[in-house]
Amino acid sequence: MSATTISTNARVGTPIPFSRLVKVELRKTTDTRAGRWLLIAIGAITFIAIALFVAFAKAEDLKFRTLVLVAGTPQGFLLPVLGILAITSEWSQRTGLTTFTLEPSRQRVLTSKIVAVLLLGFGAILFMLTLAALANVIGGTLTDEAGSWAGNAAVIRNVFVLQILGLLGGLAFGTILLNSAPAIVLSFIAPTLMGVVVNIVPGLSGAAPWIDAGTAQGPLFDFDGSEVTWEAWGQILVTSFWWVWIPLAAGTYRVLRTELK
Amino acid sequence: MIEVRELTKRYGDFIAVDRVSFSARPGTVTGFLGPNGAGKSTTMRMMCGLTPPTSGTSTIFGVPYASIGNPGTRVGILLDASAQHAGRTGREILTLGALVMGLPTERVDEMLEVVALTPTEAKRRVANYSLGMRQRLGIAHALLGAPEVLVLDEPANGLDPMGIRWMRGLLRGFAEQGGTVLLSSHLLHEIEVIADELVVIGRGKIVAQGSKTDMLANAGTLVRGLDPEALGTAIMAASLAATRRDENTFIVDGTAEQVGRAAAMAGVVLVELRPADSEGLEEVFMQLTAEDSREAVTP
Repeated sequence: MSATTISTNARVGTPIPFSRLVKVELRKTTDTRAGRWLLIAIGAITFIAIALFVAFAKAEDLKFRTLVLVAGTPQGFLLPVLGILAITSEWSQRTGLTTFTLEPSRQRVLTSKIVAVLLLGFGAILFMLTLAALANVIGGTLTDEAGSWAGNAAVIRNVFVLQILGLLGGLAFGTILLNSAPAIVLSFIAPTLMGVVVNIVPGLSGAAPWIDAGTAQGPLFDFDGSEVTWEAWGQILVTSFWWVWIPLAAGTYRVLRTELK
Repeated sequence: MIEVRELTKRYGDFIAVDRVSFSARPGTVTGFLGPNGAGKSTTMRMMCGLTPPTSGTSTIFGVPYASIGNPGTRVGILLDASAQHAGRTGREILTLGALVMGLPTERVDEMLEVVALTPTEAKRRVANYSLGMRQRLGIAHALLGAPEVLVLDEPANGLDPMGIRWMRGLLRGFAEQGGTVLLSSHLLHEIEVIADELVVIGRGKIVAQGSKTDMLANAGTLVRGLDPEALGTAIMAASLAATRRDENTFIVDGTAEQVGRAAAMAGVVLVELRPADSEGLEEVFMQLTAEDSREAVTP
């Protein structure tokens, strides 16, 4: 037996297909009470936001663009939590011991989680867009002033960019902290704090759109439907480095290296 | 087939596992024995790719664990029965495992039956499971993919005597069908009835390894006399090493003949003289791990 040489390339068996990993990760987001309620909450809060707006908004504000942005804001708070929990539960609940022995490639597990969470995120956004469209049609039948579809393409694009960046930001916080409560708290506090800091520190206000994601993403929330400038896109991209891509890279490194106990 | 070579794990200045080498062969049950904190779990986590080793290698089927595709169908692992999402049901945990491994879900029911978890119990959330039920679920999970190798860390923990007997039978049968079993324990009694091979670890180092038969054969002689003081003197006079078990009993590192002669020379009446077997093995285990355990050994 000692004659067996260990070749680093040697493999035994066929790897698990990636699609199967994604399917299992999707199932894991719904097979616990916490997970189910989070998804229900995302759906419910989207519905409630739109229902309240239809009920109480002025008729001339009742248009597709506004409905999307109104429903997108509360949803944007919960989507990052979805990303965080998908990662941190493996550590908080110690299920990683099983997950990472059934698929030893942590990179594949992490990627399958990101894909699963993005699929859910897309689903949530499509659900929101459908509700907003329905509400807009209903609004249009009630009064002539409501029901405008102006700027729908731009607002759909904007809301996708916003929600997906938020979701990935949540994943990043999750991978860095690997602990649900601190990750959720910090993902809310850190961006808010940054927004406050750039507003009160005198020298920073000019740099704000380049360092504060909230400031940079402001133009995407534009209710008047004015065009998002190239400079604004640049700022969104640059701030996404600080708030999404760099943290996600650091967190990925941590997930790949950390010891599971 | 498991091969562990010079496996080492350092945490700063602390060496948790120190150049550990052993192997586990198909058709045998290898017991990995050591006091709490001796490095058993760390070794097992390194074998399964959960803890990166500082140095050394570990292979199963000749390749590192991470190079096994769909490893759940080749190696069944139970490292910590409590490491499960408290909010999932027992059935759901097995279902997730079956889905990852690409097994039909009927396999879940089969395994629930094997470990004697009732359908009602399987529908309960793991938060409401006793440790014994979690161990059964963990064993079911390890067996799910019909593996050829089992790696189990303290699987008897929390099982009642009936459960321990059941598990022995299960692992015995698994090995008899050609499977490789590595199981750890800090209790000698738990392991000696089932293991063919023993690997004893203390403070991160292997202190003894070999077949149980050999270890038992070398476990010395148990002797009991009417006058223990005189018996003790006689054994010492014959330059035999001995430890005192209780008031009248000694375990002597020597053959029955050597002990018998020593007693005869001193004219001590013996009431018992036999191979020490498991009592001797326990003595050996205690001594081997004495300086490594947390408790001071009482002579």
